[in-house]
Amino acid sequence: MDARRFASDVPFWMCLSLLGGIYLVLIVAMLLAQASFTTPGHLWSALSSPEIRYAVQLSLISCSLTTILALWIAVPLGYLLARWDDGNIRRFLDRLATPIDKLSDPWYLRPMRVCSVFVRLLNPKIWIDALLDIPIVLPPLVIGLALLILMQTPLGRWFENNVMGVTFEVPSIILAQFMVACAFAVRTMRASFEQIHPREEAVALTLGCSRAQAFWMVVLPEARRGVLTAATLAWARSLGEFGPILVFSGATRMRTEVLPTTVYLELSIGNIEAAVAVSLLMVFAAVTVLIVLRHYGSDSSFGKALAP
Amino acid sequence: MIALDNVSLTAGAFTLTDVSLEVPTGGYVALMGKTGSGKTTLLEAICGLRKVTSGAVRLSGEDVTPLKPAQRGLGYVPQDRALFQSMTVWEHLAFALRVRRWDKNAIANRVSELAQLLGLERLLARKPQGLSGGEAQRVALGRALSFRPRILLLDEPLSALDQETRGDMQNLLRSLRQQAPLTTLHVTHDLDEARRVADKVLVIRDGKIHEHNGKA
Repeated sequence: MDARRFASDVPFWMCLSLLGGIYLVLIVAMLLAQASFTTPGHLWSALSSPEIRYAVQLSLISCSLTTILALWIAVPLGYLLARWDDGNIRRFLDRLATPIDKLSDPWYLRPMRVCSVFVRLLNPKIWIDALLDIPIVLPPLVIGLALLILMQTPLGRWFENNVMGVTFEVPSIILAQFMVACAFAVRTMRASFEQIHPREEAVALTLGCSRAQAFWMVVLPEARRGVLTAATLAWARSLGEFGPILVFSGATRMRTEVLPTTVYLELSIGNIEAAVAVSLLMVFAAVTVLIVLRHYGSDSSFGKALAP
Repeated sequence: MIALDNVSLTAGAFTLTDVSLEVPTGGYVALMGKTGSGKTTLLEAICGLRKVTSGAVRLSGEDVTPLKPAQRGLGYVPQDRALFQSMTVWEHLAFALRVRRWDKNAIANRVSELAQLLGLERLLARKPQGLSGGEAQRVALGRALSFRPRILLLDEPLSALDQETRGDMQNLLRSLRQQAPLTTLHVTHDLDEARRVADKVLVIRDGKIHEHNGKA
């Protein structure tokens, strides 16, 4: 027998639960406080206002469109990034950089190491990676501003004049949501493709598949959960998108008003009851979508729908 | 026949130069070597999954060096098996046949034939997560054999199995040769296993292939 005294594990689990519980309690308290601030009457009058009904519709439609667009980009891009082996480039740059490292060995030449860092930074994958993070790290407002300016360039103007109006119109909402949501979807898809061992595709190739067949028959069915997660994230992100929409689409009632815009507009005229009612609507919509997607994401139901 | 004529290749920082090897038609050759000696890389080159920088890969007399893996028509059982995680055992056995657009009845017949041969009848509805090591290995073997290739490449097929299952698999591998004309190259690091299943044992050492001299 080990002579040490073994204390109970209960305090450990208690501590973890307490710390984690704080956050859960805060979320629930927040929702309850909001709920207590409103009455069914407020909700009803919010829902019966044509402006708010328009915002609800526009939010649901634009988020769903954005999600579909984001998946169309995220699946191919995520797959390319996951399967892009930059080993050869890295080894090549390493070979260039190592002599510089050796040369700068004496202390007074240490600053020369900056050069070798620059050489290693010539790897394009690093830059593409960083580029894809920009929509995530940039303040949303700045994305709206950048989009606004983009549409003022000659190319943007040509598009607005000849294809369709974007700025301060409905398409601007979808574009603003898409710019942010897609970055999250790409990250998710890339991570889920990276979890699938490339050897599975290799075997599929030896069994007679082309690259495309291996992708459709082996990889994509396995990434199903990833696709669902990406879709959920993109949808939820889009529903809450506000900053870029305010700048790029404006806040015109019955035109470019989505639910976050409604909350903003109602708050700005002091109609807190309506703002709270709309917030609760958004909570309700988001929770419904998350639960439905999670449910259909389970193997039993969704798997059969996708199976050949 | 499987033949490598002075093949050179690069895999990351690793290179093999001027490797030659021949497995006669209907033969069973075991290729041994230490970890990192390039056994797997050689198999990948034969499959067409890895480009050779010089030399030729010939299968049944035909130069297949420029051909894609799909065109080479060989059965490949990779290390760690690489089963398709979203597919049932049935779907694994039918996969290559579906790709080849066999008709439904022919696929069903072939799958039940394979299931019987490999003792997988009761596992057909399972997915890889529900299989033991030996079962998964038989599925990987069945998947590779499904479209009746004349060439079979096995990469450490028995390494993850317990002693008893290993014995069963060795018997199975030997019996396969009586069922169909099959030329097999079997990569392993276990001399005992190599001697049990193969007619000839080759060793890859320092990038060269030698015939095994009988000593352990």
